Amino acid sequence: MTSIFWTASDIWVMTKRNLLKYTRLPQLLVFSTIQPVMFVLLFAFVFGGAITTPGVSYINYLIPGIIVQAVIFGSVQTGVGLAEDLTRGMIDRFRSLPMARSAVLAGRTISDMVRNVFVVLLMTGVGYAIGFRFQGNILQSLASMGMAVLFGFAFSWISATIGLLVKEIEAAQVAGFIWVFPLVFASSIFVPVESMPDWLEAFAKHSPITVTVNTVRALALDLPVGNNLWLSLLWILGIMAVFVPLAVYRYRKSV
Amino acid sequence: MESTEFAIYAEDLKKSFGKVEAVKGVDLILRKGTILGLLGPNGAGKTTLVRMFTTLLSPDSGTATIMGYDVVREPQAVRSIIGLSGQYASVDENLTGRENLVMVGELYHMGKRAAVERAKELLVTLDLAEFADRQVKTYSGGQRRRLDLAASLVAHPPVLFLDEPTTGLDPRSRLGLWGVIRDLVKDGTSLLLTTQYLEEADKLADWIAVIDHGKIIEQGSSIDLKSKIGGDVLQIQLISETKLFPVAKALMPLGTDKPHIDKTTRLIKLPVPGPQVIAEAVRILDRMGAQIEDIGIHRPTLDEVFLTLTGHAVEEGKND
Ligand SMILES: Nc1ncnc2c1ncn2[C@@H]1O[C@H](COP(=O)(O)OP(=O)(O)OP(=O)(O)O)[C@@H](O)[C@H]1O
Ligand SMILES: [Mg+2]
Repeated sequence: MTSIFWTASDIWVMTKRNLLKYTRLPQLLVFSTIQPVMFVLLFAFVFGGAITTPGVSYINYLIPGIIVQAVIFGSVQTGVGLAEDLTRGMIDRFRSLPMARSAVLAGRTISDMVRNVFVVLLMTGVGYAIGFRFQGNILQSLASMGMAVLFGFAFSWISATIGLLVKEIEAAQVAGFIWVFPLVFASSIFVPVESMPDWLEAFAKHSPITVTVNTVRALALDLPVGNNLWLSLLWILGIMAVFVPLAVYRYRKSV
Repeated sequence: MESTEFAIYAEDLKKSFGKVEAVKGVDLILRKGTILGLLGPNGAGKTTLVRMFTTLLSPDSGTATIMGYDVVREPQAVRSIIGLSGQYASVDENLTGRENLVMVGELYHMGKRAAVERAKELLVTLDLAEFADRQVKTYSGGQRRRLDLAASLVAHPPVLFLDEPTTGLDPRSRLGLWGVIRDLVKDGTSLLLTTQYLEEADKLADWIAVIDHGKIIEQGSSIDLKSKIGGDVLQIQLISETKLFPVAKALMPLGTDKPHIDKTTRLIKLPVPGPQVIAEAVRILDRMGAQIEDIGIHRPTLDEVFLTLTGHAVEEGKND
């Protein structure tokens, strides 16, 4: 019992420490939200006119997608933060303390999840300012946002594994983004996958990002969810089943 | 094994990084309540040893126990009784000094209130109270170093590891830190200190282990080490060189070895059994009417010890 208490306490201390950084460096939060906001504006006003989304307005189509994109990009910060702690010697400090070993990773992914909640709310706010409206009831809206945050949490563990592998701040930034970028575009975030060439559509249709975006979108717009909900939950569980142990393994190995 | 008697007990520790054999079979003991100075040049393996003792790195072979706890089999027990201040200050830049210490206290499971109290105490002890509530990124190198040391002291650890604690400090801060370290040992803390400063080991350590290329090449008290390269040397500098050789010859019976004569500096160096010979030397010089520029007993510095033991000067230590 006491060990569970102390583990929880350690995770809380680590989460608090990570979140304090954002109050000290508000520009970090600002910059990490400018990018998705720019994507909103770009797609809503520049490309939006050329994209047809049957049955829904493009703004309503776009915002749930952008929300998922924002949490994915936010998750890249998990790896960057860990690489930073490694290079600055903080991980050494933590590993020499009698604290729960899991607390460094858990505290990091949880604080990034909290940050993602903030990002999701902010993007929803931006969406509302340019005409986006939730179509379902409050529960569906919350579930929609919750799904996005949960997906971001799973992605954080991939990002953590990468950060602990590359061990350098810049490398974690680059390695975190390069593989995510094509995945983000080859998905239903910005355009319906049916509009893509066949070979790409086949890939995009089954991407975890697409099924998650479809779930988030269906919940937000009160559309039929279909298999998407179960599929995206399966992906989230699958990603975590693989990457939580991998990240923990890398953490133990990191010197 | 009687390893519980010692703060640190290490036997045949080895660690390689790929082809680099960083530590090649080290036996080391730290007696409780004493200071062990681990002295060695860059790349000697000091940090690697400290990282193995503090559970950050697992040895390839050999054993090490801290207060009887095995660093490999009981790492969590080891962590609860050690404090570590690594070679590079590991403190959170975005937090204030106080927040850093409180966080460490909470992670030692002291409870929030005790952690806050302890932080306050340490900020005073290490002369950081003035900057306590400023973010660490605004600290100078020396202030950061002191905060890092404070972090290692939070839980009153019975065994403390300081990896080059005074590197980069100005002479005044270094003296201040030496004071703190001495006080710690008075309280019964056992300390392993690594350093490249021979003076530091000489001043602080009860026992000095000289490490080079991953091996302990010599150990003993500071006095032991000095006697290894011969004892005291009588040094006499004359005003003129004319009487240099006759004087050296006359002094020879006082020495334990042949005198060394340097004509350009008009210096005679004679290994002697101890400082008591100086009176007799002065009488001889007086009788011979030799005028003295300077006279004294010279004790070898640890620099010289090092040179003798390793065959290369400290500055020439290579990373290989
Ligand atoms: N993680 C690592 N990977 C590869 N080689 C390493 C690693 N850590 C240390 N080494 C090598 O092991 C040797 C010993 O390094 P160590 O850091 O222990 O030396 P040191 O005595 O602490 O030196 P310094 O006084 O410069 O801090 C060096 O040759 C170093 O290059
Ligand atoms: Mg070192």
